[in-house]
Amino acid sequence: MAITDTVGRGTIDTLAYVGQLARLIARATVAVFTKTQGQGARYRRALHQAMAVGIEALPIISLITFFVGIILALQSAHELKRFGAMEFVPNAVALSLTRELGPLMTAIIVIGRSGSAFAAEIGTMKVSEEIDALETMALDPVRFLVAPKLVAMLIMMPCLTMWADFMGIVGGATFGILGAGFTFGSYFRATLDALLKEDIVTGLIKAFMFGLVITAVGCQEGFLTGLGSEQVGRSTTTAVVKSIFLVIVVDLAFTALFYFTSPS
Amino acid sequence: MTPSSEAPTQARGSAISVRDLRVSYGEREILHGISFDVCAGETLVILGGSGSGKSTLLRTLVGLERPTSGEIWLGGKNMATITPKELNDLRKTIGMSFQGSALFGSMTVGENVSLPLREHSPLDASTIEIMVRLKLDQVGLAGYENYMPAQLSGGMKKRAAVARAMSMDPQILFFDEPSAGLDPIIAAGIDELILKLKKAFGMTCVVVTHELPSAFLIGDRMILLDRGVIVANGTKDEIQSSTQPRVRQFLDRIAEPELEDELSYLQMLIGDESVVRK
Repeated sequence: MAITDTVGRGTIDTLAYVGQLARLIARATVAVFTKTQGQGARYRRALHQAMAVGIEALPIISLITFFVGIILALQSAHELKRFGAMEFVPNAVALSLTRELGPLMTAIIVIGRSGSAFAAEIGTMKVSEEIDALETMALDPVRFLVAPKLVAMLIMMPCLTMWADFMGIVGGATFGILGAGFTFGSYFRATLDALLKEDIVTGLIKAFMFGLVITAVGCQEGFLTGLGSEQVGRSTTTAVVKSIFLVIVVDLAFTALFYFTSPS
Repeated sequence: MTPSSEAPTQARGSAISVRDLRVSYGEREILHGISFDVCAGETLVILGGSGSGKSTLLRTLVGLERPTSGEIWLGGKNMATITPKELNDLRKTIGMSFQGSALFGSMTVGENVSLPLREHSPLDASTIEIMVRLKLDQVGLAGYENYMPAQLSGGMKKRAAVARAMSMDPQILFFDEPSAGLDPIIAAGIDELILKLKKAFGMTCVVVTHELPSAFLIGDRMILLDRGVIVANGTKDEIQSSTQPRVRQFLDRIAEPELEDELSYLQMLIGDESVVRK
């Protein structure tokens, strides 16, 4: 009975948490599209957030996905060599990246950089009563803090994902040229032939959804921070762990959705 | 008392009227049915020891906590039944200075002070800039517009917080422990600032503090909270001459007696109100 009780409580708590995240995103979305005084300042904050979330993440995303591309090419070649099908290495790399690993790796890197930063920033503001100060000045913390982050994330995640896909393909091409007998032109021709529009679009839809999750969890954990600086650290860690878990769940859901709805 | 939409129990000429206010955190009641008034233009000091409920009272007055029951009349509205939009409109007429100043670290002092004006007023940027300089000058921080909060001392942060609280020319100013953590000289400067602002603008001020010298300097009237109830309510002289034991213990700085009896100590730990004091 204790196990069923634990599972039941855990399920209810999880559903309640997801409900809180949905409510936060809904409020932030309404705030984005509601015209109010001080809108110029909010656009500037969104731009500042976009720089932090997107532009500053380019070097690390480039490096990691470049290496991932090489790894994918090596692993694919290892098996394809047995069947004399090395000409399909570009296909394997491109499809794996655009449909799955590009958005997922980008999300994990952004969680580590930006999701944790959102939780830390808002958590610190909560501990030092800055959130209370906003409320006493009749400023909605969700409009002021969450909405600019949401706009920045939803613009930057698809952009970063496309860049990650490109760098991964470049990584795969590096192996293809140096170790699999491709030329630059033949590798990229094979890549373009392998890719369908839906391969890229499904990846970008996932990236968009991952952006929603990362913003919601990072900000919500910040708002839930308890008193004391130790709690800020705890919120940051919790935000990263929960974001990774929920991103995987969303990935599973959308992968299954695309599988069952795609024309055969 | 059930909340009402009219103000039958608000005292004439009062800026704030509190009637039978109860506030709880979960199952634990912090304020046990307190009532008092704050007259327009006066400075009310809320005194009390740690855990007496004074911060909870202040947070409830500015709408950061919801009452469990009772009424708080402020600006003609009952805070217990106010809608979120009405609360937002009311908050544009009050200002609050927090204990830790609560300045936004990513903004300059000038940006902090101008934030309410940028968000709520139709003033253009150059007018707002002039207003900011004026407010900073009033608190003795002229020329500090472009400093970041981290570059300021504790006393300067408090002054900047007061400037921000005043930026919309509020009718009521709330101060949460304005002298906390400051040395006596700087604390005296903050007291003088509060007195100067009150004299110049005729503002109603509500100050939460446990610093007795500060309280008796700036306060017109005082209430002393003890474990969620008001044990004294009156002018400075009335409080000073009170013979109520808890008031005297607070004013004369007498420590709580040591509990020598094991049963009494256990009763104190479990919160038994019938513990006998020597």
